[in-house]
Amino acid sequence: MLAAMLGEAWHAMGCNRMRTALTMLGMVIGVGSVVLMMAIGQGAQYAVAQTISTMGSNLYVIIAGSTQTSGVRSGGGFGFTLRVADADAIAELDDVTYVAPVHQGTQQLVYGAKNWSSVVVGTTPEYLDARAWSVASGHSFGESDVRSATRVALIGKTVVENLFEPGEDPLGKTIRVRQTPFVVVGTLGAKGQNLDGRDQDDTIIVPLSTAQRKVFGVPFAGSVRSIIVQAASAEAMPSVEKSITALLRQRHRLRDDADNDFYIRNLAAAADSAAETTRVMSLLLGAIASVSLLVGGIGIMNIMLVSVTERTREIGIRMAIGARQKDILTQFLLEAVMISIAGCLIGLMLGIGGALLTNTITDMVIVISGGSVLVAFTVAAGVGVFFGFYPARKAAALDPIEALRYQ
Amino acid sequence: MNEAVIRVAGLGKSYVTAAGLFPALKGVDLSIARGEFVAIMGPSGSGKSTFMNLLGCLDTPTFGDYFLTGRNVAHMGNDELAVLRNRTIGFVFQGFNLLPRMSLEDNVALPLVYAGVAREARRAKGREMLARVGLESYAMSLPARISGGQQQRVAIARALINRPPLILADEPTGNLDSHTSEEIMALFGELNDEGITIVLVTHEADIAAHAKRQVRFFDGLIVSDVRHDRAPPARMPAPC
Repeated sequence: MLAAMLGEAWHAMGCNRMRTALTMLGMVIGVGSVVLMMAIGQGAQYAVAQTISTMGSNLYVIIAGSTQTSGVRSGGGFGFTLRVADADAIAELDDVTYVAPVHQGTQQLVYGAKNWSSVVVGTTPEYLDARAWSVASGHSFGESDVRSATRVALIGKTVVENLFEPGEDPLGKTIRVRQTPFVVVGTLGAKGQNLDGRDQDDTIIVPLSTAQRKVFGVPFAGSVRSIIVQAASAEAMPSVEKSITALLRQRHRLRDDADNDFYIRNLAAAADSAAETTRVMSLLLGAIASVSLLVGGIGIMNIMLVSVTERTREIGIRMAIGARQKDILTQFLLEAVMISIAGCLIGLMLGIGGALLTNTITDMVIVISGGSVLVAFTVAAGVGVFFGFYPARKAAALDPIEALRYQ
Repeated sequence: MNEAVIRVAGLGKSYVTAAGLFPALKGVDLSIARGEFVAIMGPSGSGKSTFMNLLGCLDTPTFGDYFLTGRNVAHMGNDELAVLRNRTIGFVFQGFNLLPRMSLEDNVALPLVYAGVAREARRAKGREMLARVGLESYAMSLPARISGGQQQRVAIARALINRPPLILADEPTGNLDSHTSEEIMALFGELNDEGITIVLVTHEADIAAHAKRQVRFFDGLIVSDVRHDRAPPARMPAPC
């Protein structure tokens, strides 16, 4: 019986093609925009998640406090309150995975006839672990290089591209940073932009001791500008922050009423807020698109109501020859659901096509997940049932005598 | 022949109108045996249409009882009534009431859809019934392609498809010319000879004359109930 009714619903749709097509158009636009918007939203989420994952997870950056010299205050990170020994002490705390003291600044690099300005990061090998940074070729430097301040360097992809000829192997070559020669022992894996849009591959990593002695120069030996700390897990981050604060205040012999002489920046919080922003944006896009789906559904209801009125006599005849109320209900519901599912399929194709087109034209990251397609489909069927139900029930509740008399 | 297909006892129907309760049918007793051919007559407003709607299970009575093939229909629910309309009663209407967008074959087989019959069987039976009324060559045509008389034949084929014991015809010749009316009435006569009970509503005396029994309504009550042993041969006096 259901097969017969499906056939009839198909037939009924075919009888009034223009009207069916216009009704479907509402669903096509609704589903199409939901799929497209979700693809764009999820694409943005994916792009942000990618960026965040290149930063390293559960990171804290501890920055030295500001200094004041003759009333002139420097910004954070220029004081000399943090020490390498602080980093070693932090490494002893619970739930701390990696700790790396960092001294970084921009310097001019020279190789042969070429030169390039890049960010020089003086640190310890643990920096790479904390940032989840791989070595693409060659090898990293070790603790012994830091102890003996050897002149070795790891260089990022952008640096390789700007200092060396295409195809030239940078390993073992000597580049100069501020007149000091460094031997390239490894190249870094590509990371792309960070959340601020800075190219993370435009970096050269050297041992902390070498950087401080040969490149930057430090007035107070053993001091460092910042320390990167990775907590064992996201859950452990608040307790790690507390214990770091307590430890550093104790080590720096700060009184209870004194301010901290360092800043702790939670990179995970920044990443979370970026992810949250894109998630909200994605939801918002979906919500706006859903409104058009709703409008499409109302269109279906409108047409079905007209259809019921037009076919009152037909309903009366069907009832007279033995259709039960639920048969009439099913027939009209099926018609509504078929229109919405057909509209959904077309909308799905247009939405996916639109997403691919957006991707081709704008280079925007697009993610079409099976989930979003499934959601769109379920919602469309749901819309058909929901908005088809009222007209169908109206049809089923007709009095057969009245319906037969209807002209 | 003694078994009553239809037996009504004290059957009444009142409508609520703006002027108050309007009694359309005021308590009717009637028994129709299997194989009878009954014409129900009366002026408009006499209650005959109300009575037919009750007989056809399209409406439920306000009071009284209605036994259709021995079962009391008066208190049945909508779904049970629908099944009776599907299996026990075949309807023929004045306006033919074929579905305009369906082929004649599909129109004839439509009651089988609601009886849950499979597609192939529906098709075969639809053709068989169309052949029964002599229209099998039009199986795939739409109703608008054939004449009124042919449409009424198709409607009769549809009424017959579930082999119901009872056919209810409401002014079946009202939209037809006298010659075609004759043909349709002859077809009813044949069906009656096969043992099918036929009840038809008409206000034309010459149509009613084909039936073996004439029941006349007036003002919501039966005022006369006349039987012939044999309907007069189907020969119409020339129309004036």
